Amino acid sequence: MSAIVPWETDPIRPDEPKPLHITVDGTRIEGLQGQSIAGVLLAHGTTEWRTTTAGRRRGVFCGIGVCFDCIAAVNGESDVRLCLRRANDGDTVTTQDDTKEAP
Amino acid sequence: MTHVLVVGAGPAGLSAAVAASDAGARVTLLDSGDGLGGQYWRHLPLQRPAQREARLHHGWAAFDRLRGSLAGIEVVTEAQVWAIETHDGIAVHVLIGPADAGGRAARTLTPDALVLATGAHDRTLPFPGWNLPGVFSAGAAQALAKGERVAVGRRAVVAGAGPFLLPVAQSLTAAGARVLGVYEAARPSALAKGWLPRPWRLLGAAHKGGELAGYAAHHLGRRVPYRLGRAVVEARGDGRVEEVVIARLNADWSPVPGTERTLAADAVCVSHGFTPRLELPIAAGCRIGPDRFVAVDADQRTSVESVYAAGEITGIGGVDAALVEGRIAGARAAGAPASPADLKRRGATTDFARRIDAAHGIRRGWTSWLRDDTVVCRCEEVAYGPLCDAAAATDQAALRSVKLTSRAGLGICQARMCGRTVEELTGADPARAEDTTDRRPLAAPIRLGDLAAPATTCGKDTHV
Repeated sequence: MSAIVPWETDPIRPDEPKPLHITVDGTRIEGLQGQSIAGVLLAHGTTEWRTTTAGRRRGVFCGIGVCFDCIAAVNGESDVRLCLRRANDGDTVTTQDDTKEAP
Repeated sequence: MTHVLVVGAGPAGLSAAVAASDAGARVTLLDSGDGLGGQYWRHLPLQRPAQREARLHHGWAAFDRLRGSLAGIEVVTEAQVWAIETHDGIAVHVLIGPADAGGRAARTLTPDALVLATGAHDRTLPFPGWNLPGVFSAGAAQALAKGERVAVGRRAVVAGAGPFLLPVAQSLTAAGARVLGVYEAARPSALAKGWLPRPWRLLGAAHKGGELAGYAAHHLGRRVPYRLGRAVVEARGDGRVEEVVIARLNADWSPVPGTERTLAADAVCVSHGFTPRLELPIAAGCRIGPDRFVAVDADQRTSVESVYAAGEITGIGGVDAALVEGRIAGARAAGAPASPADLKRRGATTDFARRIDAAHGIRRGWTSWLRDDTVVCRCEEVAYGPLCDAAAATDQAALRSVKLTSRAGLGICQARMCGRTVEELTGADPARAEDTTDRRPLAAPIRLGDLAAPATTCGKDTHV
Protein backbone atom coordinates (compact mmCIF):
# COMPACT_ATOMS: atom_id res chain seq x y z
CA MET A 1 0.00 0.00 0.00
CA SER A 2 1.19 3.47 -0.81
CA ALA A 3 1.78 5.89 2.08
CA ILE A 4 3.02 9.41 2.74
CA VAL A 5 6.02 10.12 4.97
CA PRO A 6 4.61 11.68 8.17
CA TRP A 7 5.87 15.26 8.14
CA GLU A 8 6.73 15.20 11.83
CA THR A 9 9.36 12.49 11.34
CA ASP A 10 10.53 13.29 7.81
CA PRO A 11 14.31 13.89 7.97
CA ILE A 12 14.05 16.67 5.37
CA ARG A 13 12.25 18.72 8.06
CA PRO A 14 9.22 20.06 6.27
CA ASP A 15 7.15 22.91 7.68
CA GLU A 16 3.79 21.84 9.08
CA PRO A 17 1.66 21.27 5.95
CA LYS A 18 -1.65 23.06 5.48
CA PRO A 19 -4.68 20.83 4.95
CA LEU A 20 -7.24 20.92 2.15
CA HIS A 21 -10.29 18.82 1.32
CA ILE A 22 -11.42 17.31 -1.93
CA THR A 23 -14.40 15.12 -2.74
CA VAL A 24 -13.81 11.84 -4.59
CA ASP A 25 -16.97 10.09 -5.84
CA GLY A 26 -18.92 11.84 -3.08
CA THR A 27 -16.49 11.05 -0.25
CA ARG A 28 -14.68 13.95 1.43
CA ILE A 29 -10.92 13.32 1.66
CA GLU A 30 -8.29 15.37 3.44
CA GLY A 31 -5.11 16.23 1.64
CA LEU A 32 -2.26 18.70 1.91
CA GLN A 33 -1.84 21.93 0.02
CA GLY A 34 0.63 21.37 -2.79
CA GLN A 35 -0.24 17.71 -3.36
CA SER A 36 -1.33 16.52 -6.78
CA ILE A 37 -4.76 14.87 -6.74
CA ALA A 38 -2.99 11.54 -7.38
CA GLY A 39 -0.76 12.39 -4.42
CA VAL A 40 -3.80 12.92 -2.17
CA LEU A 41 -5.19 9.52 -3.19
CA LEU A 42 -1.87 7.67 -2.86
CA ALA A 43 -1.25 9.24 0.55
CA HIS A 44 -4.53 7.60 1.61
CA GLY A 45 -3.35 4.23 0.32
CA THR A 46 -5.59 4.37 -2.76
CA THR A 47 -3.61 3.06 -5.73
CA GLU A 48 -6.40 2.49 -8.26
CA TRP A 49 -9.41 4.54 -9.33
CA ARG A 50 -10.08 4.12 -13.03
CA THR A 51 -11.79 1.14 -14.71
CA THR A 52 -10.75 0.30 -18.26
CA THR A 53 -12.99 -0.91 -21.08
CA ALA A 54 -11.95 -4.47 -20.22
CA GLY A 55 -12.96 -3.88 -16.60
CA ARG A 56 -9.42 -3.71 -15.23
CA ARG A 57 -8.43 -1.24 -12.56
CA ARG A 58 -5.78 1.44 -13.01
CA GLY A 59 -4.15 4.20 -11.02
CA VAL A 60 -0.79 5.93 -11.43
CA PHE A 61 1.68 4.22 -13.73
CA CYS A 62 4.18 6.75 -15.14
CA GLY A 63 3.61 9.52 -12.61
CA ILE A 64 4.73 12.27 -15.00
CA GLY A 65 1.82 12.75 -17.38
CA VAL A 66 2.85 10.40 -20.19
CA CYS A 67 0.67 7.28 -19.81
CA PHE A 68 -2.82 8.73 -19.06
CA ASP A 69 -3.64 5.76 -16.80
CA CYS A 70 -4.57 8.03 -13.87
CA ILE A 71 -7.18 10.20 -15.61
CA ALA A 72 -10.44 11.19 -13.89
CA ALA A 73 -13.00 13.97 -14.14
CA VAL A 74 -12.13 17.05 -12.07
CA ASN A 75 -14.85 19.64 -11.41
CA GLY A 76 -16.86 18.20 -14.27
CA GLU A 77 -14.03 18.13 -16.81
CA SER A 78 -13.13 14.57 -17.89
CA ASP A 79 -9.74 13.03 -18.75
CA VAL A 80 -7.60 15.11 -16.37
CA ARG A 81 -4.25 13.52 -15.53
CA LEU A 82 -4.36 13.42 -11.72
CA CYS A 83 -0.57 13.08 -11.42
CA LEU A 84 -0.17 16.51 -13.03
CA ARG A 85 -3.10 18.38 -11.48
CA ARG A 86 -2.53 20.09 -8.13
CA ALA A 87 -5.39 19.58 -5.69
CA ASN A 88 -7.36 22.72 -4.83
CA ASP A 89 -9.53 22.97 -1.76
CA GLY A 90 -13.05 21.94 -2.74
CA ASP A 91 -12.12 20.04 -5.93
CA THR A 92 -14.70 17.46 -6.95
CA VAL A 93 -13.21 14.31 -8.50
CA THR A 94 -15.32 11.73 -10.29
CA THR A 95 -13.57 8.52 -11.26
CA GLN A 96 -14.04 7.18 -14.79
CA ASP A 97 -15.43 3.74 -15.62
CA ASP A 98 -14.91 2.97 -19.31
CA THR A 99 -17.15 -0.11 -19.16
CA LYS A 100 -20.12 2.21 -18.63
CA GLU A 101 -19.48 4.64 -21.45
CA ALA A 102 -21.24 4.46 -24.78
CA PRO A 103 -19.21 2.46 -27.31
CA MET B 1 17.90 42.33 -28.77
CA THR B 2 17.79 38.62 -29.61
CA HIS B 3 14.84 36.82 -28.07
CA VAL B 4 15.64 33.23 -27.07
CA LEU B 5 12.81 30.89 -26.07
CA VAL B 6 13.77 27.82 -24.02
CA VAL B 7 11.25 24.98 -23.65
CA GLY B 8 11.80 22.74 -20.61
CA ALA B 9 13.19 23.85 -17.25
CA GLY B 10 15.14 20.74 -16.28
CA PRO B 11 18.96 20.81 -16.04
CA ALA B 12 19.48 21.42 -19.79
CA GLY B 13 16.80 24.08 -20.16
CA LEU B 14 17.78 25.96 -17.01
CA SER B 15 21.42 26.09 -18.00
CA ALA B 16 20.46 27.13 -21.56
CA ALA B 17 18.26 29.96 -20.28
CA VAL B 18 20.95 31.27 -17.93
CA ALA B 19 23.66 31.01 -20.61
CA ALA B 20 21.51 32.84 -23.17
CA SER B 21 20.70 35.56 -20.65
CA ASP B 22 24.38 35.90 -19.68
CA ALA B 23 25.16 36.33 -23.38
CA GLY B 24 22.82 39.33 -23.50
CA ALA B 25 19.67 37.83 -24.99
CA ARG B 26 16.12 38.45 -23.84
CA VAL B 27 15.04 35.03 -22.59
CA THR B 28 11.70 33.30 -22.01
CA LEU B 29 11.75 29.94 -20.22
CA LEU B 30 8.70 27.67 -20.38
CA ASP B 31 7.89 24.52 -18.45
CA SER B 32 4.74 22.40 -18.54
CA GLY B 33 4.99 21.74 -14.80
CA ASP B 34 4.40 24.27 -12.05
CA GLY B 35 7.94 24.06 -10.68
CA LEU B 36 11.46 24.22 -12.06
CA GLY B 37 14.15 21.54 -12.12
CA GLY B 38 12.53 18.96 -14.41
CA GLN B 39 12.34 15.31 -13.46
CA TYR B 40 15.95 15.22 -12.26
CA TRP B 41 15.41 17.89 -9.62
CA ARG B 42 11.78 17.02 -9.04
CA HIS B 43 10.99 18.49 -5.64
CA LEU B 44 8.25 19.51 -3.23
CA PRO B 45 6.02 22.37 -4.39
CA LEU B 46 6.24 25.88 -2.95
CA GLN B 47 3.28 25.11 -0.66
CA ARG B 48 5.32 22.43 1.14
CA PRO B 49 8.71 23.94 2.04
CA ALA B 50 11.30 21.76 3.80
CA GLN B 51 14.56 22.84 5.40
CA ARG B 52 16.68 19.91 4.28
CA GLU B 53 15.22 18.99 0.94
CA ALA B 54 18.73 18.93 -0.58
CA ARG B 55 19.26 15.57 1.17
CA LEU B 56 16.99 13.92 -1.40
CA HIS B 57 18.99 15.18 -4.36
CA HIS B 58 22.30 15.09 -6.16
CA GLY B 59 23.73 18.40 -7.32
CA TRP B 60 21.08 20.44 -5.52
CA ALA B 61 23.62 23.27 -5.13
CA ALA B 62 23.85 23.48 -8.93
CA PHE B 63 20.06 23.71 -9.10
CA ASP B 64 20.03 26.43 -6.45
CA ARG B 65 22.67 28.38 -8.39
CA LEU B 66 20.71 28.12 -11.64
CA ARG B 67 17.43 28.98 -9.94
CA GLY B 68 19.11 31.98 -8.37
CA SER B 69 20.37 33.19 -11.76
CA LEU B 70 16.98 33.68 -13.41
CA ALA B 71 16.63 37.41 -12.66
CA GLY B 72 15.61 39.16 -15.86
CA ILE B 73 14.41 35.92 -17.47
CA GLU B 74 10.68 35.60 -18.11
CA VAL B 75 9.73 32.26 -16.53
CA VAL B 76 6.33 30.84 -17.44
CA THR B 77 5.28 27.63 -15.68
CA GLU B 78 2.23 25.44 -16.42
CA ALA B 79 2.98 26.32 -20.04
CA GLN B 80 2.16 23.50 -22.45
CA VAL B 81 3.57 23.91 -25.95
CA TRP B 82 1.21 22.14 -28.31
CA ALA B 83 2.45 23.22 -31.74
CA ILE B 84 5.53 24.75 -33.34
CA GLU B 85 5.78 26.26 -36.82
CA THR B 86 9.13 26.92 -38.44
CA HIS B 87 8.39 27.58 -42.11
CA ASP B 88 8.45 31.39 -41.88
CA GLY B 89 10.34 32.27 -38.72
CA ILE B 90 9.53 30.47 -35.49
CA ALA B 91 6.04 30.44 -33.96
CA VAL B 92 5.44 28.50 -30.73
CA HIS B 93 1.86 27.94 -29.59
CA VAL B 94 1.35 27.60 -25.87
CA LEU B 95 -1.54 27.00 -23.47
CA ILE B 96 -1.00 28.34 -19.97
CA GLY B 97 -2.85 27.00 -16.94
CA PRO B 98 -3.47 23.85 -14.89
CA ALA B 99 -2.81 20.51 -16.63
CA ASP B 100 -5.62 19.37 -18.97
CA ALA B 101 -7.89 22.26 -18.00
CA GLY B 102 -10.18 23.73 -20.63
CA GLY B 103 -10.03 27.46 -21.32
CA ARG B 104 -6.34 27.90 -20.58
CA ALA B 105 -4.80 31.16 -21.78
CA ALA B 106 -3.43 30.76 -25.30
CA ARG B 107 -0.23 32.51 -26.26
CA THR B 108 1.94 32.47 -29.37
CA LEU B 109 5.62 33.32 -29.09
CA THR B 110 7.79 34.30 -32.06
CA PRO B 111 11.39 34.16 -30.78
CA ASP B 112 14.53 34.69 -32.85
CA ALA B 113 15.93 31.37 -31.61
CA LEU B 114 14.48 28.34 -29.89
CA VAL B 115 16.16 25.87 -27.51
CA LEU B 116 14.30 22.59 -27.01
CA ALA B 117 15.11 20.74 -23.77
CA THR B 118 12.08 18.51 -23.25
CA GLY B 119 13.91 15.57 -21.65
CA ALA B 120 12.88 11.93 -21.57
CA HIS B 121 10.55 9.56 -19.81
CA ASP B 122 11.37 6.04 -18.78
CA ARG B 123 10.56 3.12 -21.00
CA THR B 124 9.04 0.05 -19.38
CA LEU B 125 8.95 -3.22 -21.31
CA PRO B 126 5.71 -5.16 -20.85
CA PHE B 127 5.59 -8.35 -18.79
CA PRO B 128 2.63 -10.46 -17.60
CA GLY B 129 0.76 -8.47 -14.96
CA TRP B 130 2.44 -5.11 -15.65
CA ASN B 131 -1.01 -3.57 -16.03
CA LEU B 132 -1.98 -4.44 -12.43
CA PRO B 133 -2.28 -1.60 -9.94
CA GLY B 134 0.90 -1.61 -7.88
CA VAL B 135 3.17 -1.75 -10.93
CA PHE B 136 4.76 1.63 -11.55
CA SER B 137 7.38 2.97 -13.87
CA ALA B 138 10.54 3.57 -11.87
CA GLY B 139 10.20 7.24 -12.78
CA ALA B 140 6.79 7.37 -11.09
CA ALA B 141 8.23 5.95 -7.87
CA GLN B 142 10.99 8.55 -8.04
CA ALA B 143 8.68 11.48 -8.85
CA LEU B 144 6.24 10.57 -6.08
CA ALA B 145 8.99 10.06 -3.49
CA LYS B 146 10.72 13.35 -4.27
CA GLY B 147 7.78 15.48 -5.32
CA GLU B 148 5.09 14.22 -2.94
CA ARG B 149 6.96 12.33 -0.16
CA VAL B 150 4.85 9.31 -1.05
CA ALA B 151 6.21 5.76 -1.13
CA VAL B 152 4.30 3.77 -3.75
CA GLY B 153 4.37 0.64 -1.58
CA ARG B 154 5.63 -0.84 1.69
CA ARG B 155 7.47 -3.84 0.17
CA ALA B 156 8.87 -2.72 -3.16
CA VAL B 157 10.87 -4.37 -5.91
CA VAL B 158 12.92 -2.20 -8.28
CA ALA B 159 13.79 -3.77 -11.62
CA GLY B 160 14.79 -3.12 -15.22
CA ALA B 161 18.07 -1.82 -16.56
CA GLY B 162 20.37 1.11 -16.09
CA PRO B 163 21.96 3.26 -13.42
CA PHE B 164 18.62 5.05 -12.80
CA LEU B 165 17.39 2.06 -10.76
CA LEU B 166 19.78 2.93 -7.94
CA PRO B 167 18.52 6.45 -7.12
CA VAL B 168 14.97 5.10 -7.37
CA ALA B 169 15.70 2.46 -4.74
CA GLN B 170 17.32 5.09 -2.57
CA SER B 171 14.35 7.47 -2.86
CA LEU B 172 11.90 4.66 -2.03
CA THR B 173 13.92 3.74 1.04
CA ALA B 174 14.08 7.39 2.12
CA ALA B 175 10.28 7.58 1.74
CA GLY B 176 9.77 4.65 4.11
CA ALA B 177 9.43 1.68 1.76
CA ARG B 178 11.35 -1.53 2.27
CA VAL B 179 13.15 -2.24 -1.00
CA LEU B 180 13.42 -6.02 -1.33
CA GLY B 181 15.98 -5.82 -4.09
CA VAL B 182 17.18 -4.06 -7.22
CA TYR B 183 17.11 -6.47 -10.17
CA GLU B 184 19.27 -5.32 -13.08
CA ALA B 185 18.83 -7.17 -16.38
CA ALA B 186 22.40 -6.61 -17.52
CA ARG B 187 24.78 -9.39 -16.57
CA PRO B 188 28.23 -8.72 -15.11
CA SER B 189 29.89 -9.24 -18.52
CA ALA B 190 27.73 -6.53 -20.11
CA LEU B 191 28.38 -4.16 -17.22
CA ALA B 192 32.12 -4.75 -17.60
CA LYS B 193 31.92 -4.14 -21.35
CA GLY B 194 30.15 -0.84 -20.80
CA TRP B 195 31.88 0.54 -17.74
CA LEU B 196 35.42 -0.91 -17.55
CA PRO B 197 37.15 -0.05 -20.86
CA ARG B 198 39.14 3.19 -20.94
CA PRO B 199 38.22 4.15 -17.38
CA TRP B 200 40.22 7.41 -17.67
CA ARG B 201 37.51 8.69 -19.98
CA LEU B 202 35.05 8.53 -17.11
CA LEU B 203 37.09 11.26 -15.43
CA GLY B 204 35.32 13.69 -17.71
CA ALA B 205 32.08 12.58 -16.10
CA ALA B 206 33.62 12.40 -12.65
CA HIS B 207 30.59 13.80 -10.88
CA LYS B 208 28.41 11.11 -12.43
CA GLY B 209 30.84 8.38 -11.40
CA GLY B 210 30.82 9.77 -7.86
CA GLU B 211 27.06 9.80 -7.84
CA LEU B 212 26.91 6.12 -8.82
CA ALA B 213 29.57 5.17 -6.27
CA GLY B 214 27.47 6.98 -3.67
CA TYR B 215 24.45 4.87 -4.50
CA ALA B 216 26.49 1.66 -4.36
CA ALA B 217 27.75 2.62 -0.90
CA HIS B 218 24.21 3.45 0.15
CA HIS B 219 22.94 0.05 -0.94
CA LEU B 220 25.72 -1.80 0.82
CA GLY B 221 25.01 0.22 3.92
CA ARG B 222 21.28 -0.39 3.82
CA ARG B 223 21.66 -4.00 2.67
CA VAL B 224 19.39 -3.67 -0.34
CA PRO B 225 20.45 -6.54 -2.62
CA TYR B 226 21.61 -5.42 -6.08
CA ARG B 227 21.32 -8.47 -8.33
CA LEU B 228 22.64 -8.58 -11.89
CA GLY B 229 21.25 -10.61 -14.78
CA ARG B 230 17.74 -10.76 -13.32
CA ALA B 231 14.33 -9.46 -14.27
CA VAL B 232 10.79 -9.28 -13.01
CA VAL B 233 9.05 -11.64 -15.48
CA GLU B 234 5.60 -11.51 -13.92
CA ALA B 235 3.50 -9.59 -11.40
CA ARG B 236 0.58 -11.47 -9.86
CA GLY B 237 -2.29 -10.64 -7.60
CA ASP B 238 -6.02 -10.51 -7.19
CA GLY B 239 -6.81 -7.10 -8.65
CA ARG B 240 -3.45 -5.64 -7.57
CA VAL B 241 0.15 -6.70 -7.12
CA GLU B 242 0.66 -9.23 -4.34
CA GLU B 243 3.75 -11.04 -5.57
CA VAL B 244 6.39 -10.78 -8.26
CA VAL B 245 8.30 -13.47 -10.10
CA ILE B 246 12.00 -12.88 -10.63
CA ALA B 247 14.09 -14.97 -13.02
CA ARG B 248 17.72 -15.14 -14.03
CA LEU B 249 18.44 -13.92 -17.55
CA ASN B 250 20.68 -15.08 -20.34
CA ALA B 251 22.94 -12.54 -22.03
CA ASP B 252 20.14 -11.82 -24.54
CA TRP B 253 17.73 -11.16 -21.62
CA SER B 254 15.70 -14.33 -22.21
CA PRO B 255 14.75 -15.86 -18.83
CA VAL B 256 16.59 -19.04 -17.80
CA PRO B 257 13.87 -21.69 -17.25
CA GLY B 258 13.72 -23.08 -13.74
CA THR B 259 15.28 -20.02 -12.07
CA GLU B 260 11.99 -18.30 -11.17
CA ARG B 261 11.64 -17.11 -7.61
CA THR B 262 8.54 -15.51 -6.09
CA LEU B 263 8.60 -12.57 -3.69
CA ALA B 264 5.66 -11.12 -1.78
CA ALA B 265 5.56 -7.41 -2.68
CA ASP B 266 2.96 -4.66 -3.02
CA ALA B 267 4.87 -2.43 -5.44
CA VAL B 268 7.03 -3.09 -8.51
CA CYS B 269 8.96 -0.17 -9.99
CA VAL B 270 10.32 -0.90 -13.45
CA SER B 271 12.38 0.98 -16.04
CA HIS B 272 14.38 -0.41 -18.97
CA GLY B 273 15.85 2.84 -20.19
CA PHE B 274 14.57 6.15 -21.49
CA THR B 275 12.56 7.43 -24.43
CA PRO B 276 13.29 11.00 -25.51
CA ARG B 277 10.28 13.33 -25.67
CA LEU B 278 10.50 14.09 -29.37
CA GLU B 279 7.06 15.65 -29.95
CA LEU B 280 8.30 19.23 -30.08
CA PRO B 281 11.51 18.63 -32.09
CA ILE B 282 9.42 16.67 -34.62
CA ALA B 283 6.78 19.43 -34.68
CA ALA B 284 9.59 21.93 -35.35
CA GLY B 285 10.83 19.78 -38.24
CA CYS B 286 14.16 18.83 -36.65
CA ARG B 287 15.95 15.88 -38.18
CA ILE B 288 15.93 12.81 -35.95
CA GLY B 289 19.10 10.70 -36.23
CA PRO B 290 19.29 6.94 -36.82
CA ASP B 291 19.69 6.54 -33.04
CA ARG B 292 16.27 8.23 -32.72
CA PHE B 293 17.54 11.26 -30.85
CA VAL B 294 17.50 14.82 -32.19
CA ALA B 295 20.48 15.24 -34.50
CA VAL B 296 22.67 18.16 -33.39
CA ASP B 297 26.09 19.51 -34.33
CA ALA B 298 28.85 20.45 -31.86
CA ASP B 299 27.00 23.74 -31.22
CA GLN B 300 23.76 21.85 -30.34
CA ARG B 301 22.24 23.22 -33.56
CA THR B 302 19.45 21.07 -35.07
CA SER B 303 18.72 20.73 -38.79
CA VAL B 304 16.28 23.68 -38.54
CA GLU B 305 17.54 27.25 -38.73
CA SER B 306 17.77 28.89 -35.26
CA VAL B 307 16.46 25.81 -33.46
CA TYR B 308 18.77 24.18 -30.89
CA ALA B 309 18.35 21.08 -28.72
CA ALA B 310 20.01 20.04 -25.46
CA GLY B 311 19.79 17.33 -22.83
CA GLU B 312 18.22 13.90 -23.06
CA ILE B 313 16.42 14.53 -26.37
CA THR B 314 19.88 14.54 -28.00
CA GLY B 315 21.08 11.34 -26.26
CA ILE B 316 20.82 9.84 -22.80
CA GLY B 317 23.87 11.32 -21.11
CA GLY B 318 22.74 12.23 -17.61
CA VAL B 319 22.79 15.51 -15.77
CA ASP B 320 26.39 16.52 -16.54
CA ALA B 321 25.83 16.21 -20.28
CA ALA B 322 22.52 18.09 -19.98
CA LEU B 323 24.12 21.02 -18.15
CA VAL B 324 27.00 21.33 -20.62
CA GLU B 325 24.77 20.97 -23.68
CA GLY B 326 22.36 23.52 -22.24
CA ARG B 327 25.14 26.07 -21.75
CA ILE B 328 26.40 25.56 -25.31
CA ALA B 329 22.89 25.75 -26.81
CA GLY B 330 21.96 28.84 -24.78
CA ALA B 331 25.11 30.75 -25.70
CA ARG B 332 24.87 29.85 -29.41
CA ALA B 333 21.14 30.65 -29.56
CA ALA B 334 22.00 34.10 -28.18
CA GLY B 335 24.62 34.54 -30.90
CA ALA B 336 27.62 34.16 -28.56
CA PRO B 337 30.41 31.58 -28.85
CA ALA B 338 30.32 28.54 -26.58
CA SER B 339 33.13 28.29 -24.05
CA PRO B 340 36.02 26.05 -25.24
CA ALA B 341 35.95 24.25 -21.88
CA ASP B 342 32.29 23.31 -22.41
CA LEU B 343 32.97 22.09 -25.95
CA LYS B 344 35.70 19.83 -24.52
CA ARG B 345 33.46 18.56 -21.69
CA ARG B 346 30.75 17.73 -24.21
CA GLY B 347 32.99 15.03 -25.74
CA ALA B 348 33.49 13.33 -22.38
CA THR B 349 29.77 13.15 -21.66
CA THR B 350 29.01 11.59 -25.05
CA ASP B 351 31.23 8.71 -24.00
CA PHE B 352 29.03 8.23 -20.94
CA ALA B 353 25.92 7.77 -23.08
CA ARG B 354 27.68 5.09 -25.15
CA ARG B 355 28.67 3.24 -21.98
CA ILE B 356 25.09 3.18 -20.66
CA ASP B 357 23.92 1.66 -23.92
CA ALA B 358 26.71 -0.93 -24.06
CA ALA B 359 26.05 -2.01 -20.47
CA HIS B 360 22.28 -1.70 -20.12
CA GLY B 361 20.80 -1.51 -23.65
CA ILE B 362 17.67 -3.64 -24.24
CA ARG B 363 18.49 -7.13 -25.63
CA ARG B 364 16.09 -8.92 -27.95
CA GLY B 365 15.50 -12.02 -25.81
CA TRP B 366 13.19 -10.08 -23.47
CA THR B 367 10.19 -10.95 -25.66
CA SER B 368 10.34 -14.56 -24.45
CA TRP B 369 8.85 -13.50 -21.09
CA LEU B 370 5.69 -12.36 -22.93
CA ARG B 371 2.59 -14.58 -23.14
CA ASP B 372 -0.21 -14.39 -25.69
CA ASP B 373 -2.44 -12.61 -23.18
CA THR B 374 0.19 -10.13 -21.94
CA VAL B 375 -1.10 -6.61 -22.53
CA VAL B 376 1.31 -4.62 -24.72
CA CYS B 377 -0.70 -1.44 -25.39
CA ARG B 378 -2.05 -0.34 -22.01
CA CYS B 379 -4.58 2.19 -23.39
CA GLU B 380 -6.34 -0.09 -25.89
CA GLU B 381 -5.51 -3.25 -23.91
CA VAL B 382 -4.07 -5.04 -26.92
CA ALA B 383 -2.32 -8.27 -25.96
CA TYR B 384 0.81 -9.78 -27.48
CA GLY B 385 -0.98 -12.68 -29.26
CA PRO B 386 -3.54 -10.55 -31.13
CA LEU B 387 -0.83 -8.03 -31.97
CA CYS B 388 1.33 -10.74 -33.55
CA ASP B 389 -1.74 -12.09 -35.40
CA ALA B 390 -2.44 -8.62 -36.80
CA ALA B 391 1.17 -8.27 -37.91
CA ALA B 392 1.13 -11.72 -39.55
CA ALA B 393 -2.17 -10.99 -41.35
CA THR B 394 -0.83 -7.73 -42.77
CA ASP B 395 0.87 -8.27 -46.12
CA GLN B 396 3.58 -5.69 -45.74
CA ALA B 397 5.05 -4.99 -42.35
CA ALA B 398 3.57 -1.50 -42.48
CA LEU B 399 3.12 -0.36 -38.91
CA ARG B 400 0.15 1.81 -39.81
CA SER B 401 -1.87 -1.19 -40.99
CA VAL B 402 -0.92 -3.22 -37.94
CA LYS B 403 -1.98 -0.36 -35.68
CA LEU B 404 -5.31 0.13 -37.44
CA THR B 405 -6.07 -3.60 -37.37
CA SER B 406 -5.03 -4.24 -33.77
CA ARG B 407 -5.58 -0.72 -32.32
CA ALA B 408 -2.20 -0.98 -30.56
CA GLY B 409 -0.74 2.48 -30.10
CA LEU B 410 -3.96 4.29 -30.99
CA GLY B 411 -5.14 5.04 -27.44
CA ILE B 412 -5.11 8.19 -25.36
CA CYS B 413 -1.36 8.16 -24.67
CA GLN B 414 -0.77 8.22 -28.44
CA ALA B 415 1.75 5.35 -28.27
CA ARG B 416 4.01 7.19 -25.85
CA MET B 417 4.18 4.10 -23.61
CA CYS B 418 4.04 1.19 -26.06
CA GLY B 419 5.13 2.71 -29.39
CA ARG B 420 8.70 1.48 -29.55
CA THR B 421 7.70 -1.89 -28.13
CA VAL B 422 4.97 -2.31 -30.78
CA GLU B 423 7.50 -1.40 -33.48
CA GLU B 424 9.89 -4.05 -32.18
CA LEU B 425 7.26 -6.77 -31.79
CA THR B 426 5.79 -6.23 -35.27
CA GLY B 427 9.12 -5.97 -37.06
CA ALA B 428 8.55 -2.36 -38.10
CA ASP B 429 11.46 -0.41 -39.51
CA PRO B 430 11.49 2.90 -37.63
CA ALA B 431 13.94 4.33 -40.17
CA ARG B 432 10.90 4.60 -42.48
CA ALA B 433 8.81 7.62 -41.53
CA GLU B 434 5.54 5.68 -41.84
CA ASP B 435 6.84 3.02 -39.44
CA THR B 436 7.81 5.24 -36.53
CA THR B 437 5.44 5.79 -33.63
CA ASP B 438 7.24 9.02 -32.71
CA ARG B 439 5.07 11.19 -34.97
CA ARG B 440 1.86 12.54 -33.46
CA PRO B 441 -0.63 14.97 -34.99
CA LEU B 442 -0.56 17.21 -31.92
CA ALA B 443 2.51 17.64 -29.75
CA ALA B 444 0.37 17.68 -26.59
CA PRO B 445 -3.23 16.77 -25.79
CA ILE B 446 -5.53 19.80 -25.81
CA ARG B 447 -9.28 20.22 -25.69
CA LEU B 448 -11.13 20.85 -28.94
CA GLY B 449 -12.52 24.14 -27.64
CA ASP B 450 -8.98 25.47 -27.18
CA LEU B 451 -8.10 24.69 -30.79
CA ALA B 452 -10.82 27.11 -31.87
CA ALA B 453 -9.96 29.87 -29.39
CA PRO B 454 -7.76 32.73 -30.64
CA ALA B 455 -4.28 33.18 -29.18
CA THR B 456 -3.44 36.27 -27.22
CA THR B 457 -0.13 37.69 -26.18
CA CYS B 458 -1.15 38.04 -22.56
CA GLY B 459 -1.02 35.10 -20.22
CA LYS B 460 -0.58 34.18 -16.61
CA ASP B 461 3.17 34.55 -16.28
CA THR B 462 4.50 33.21 -13.03
CA HIS B 463 7.93 33.83 -11.65
CA VAL B 464 9.14 30.95 -9.50
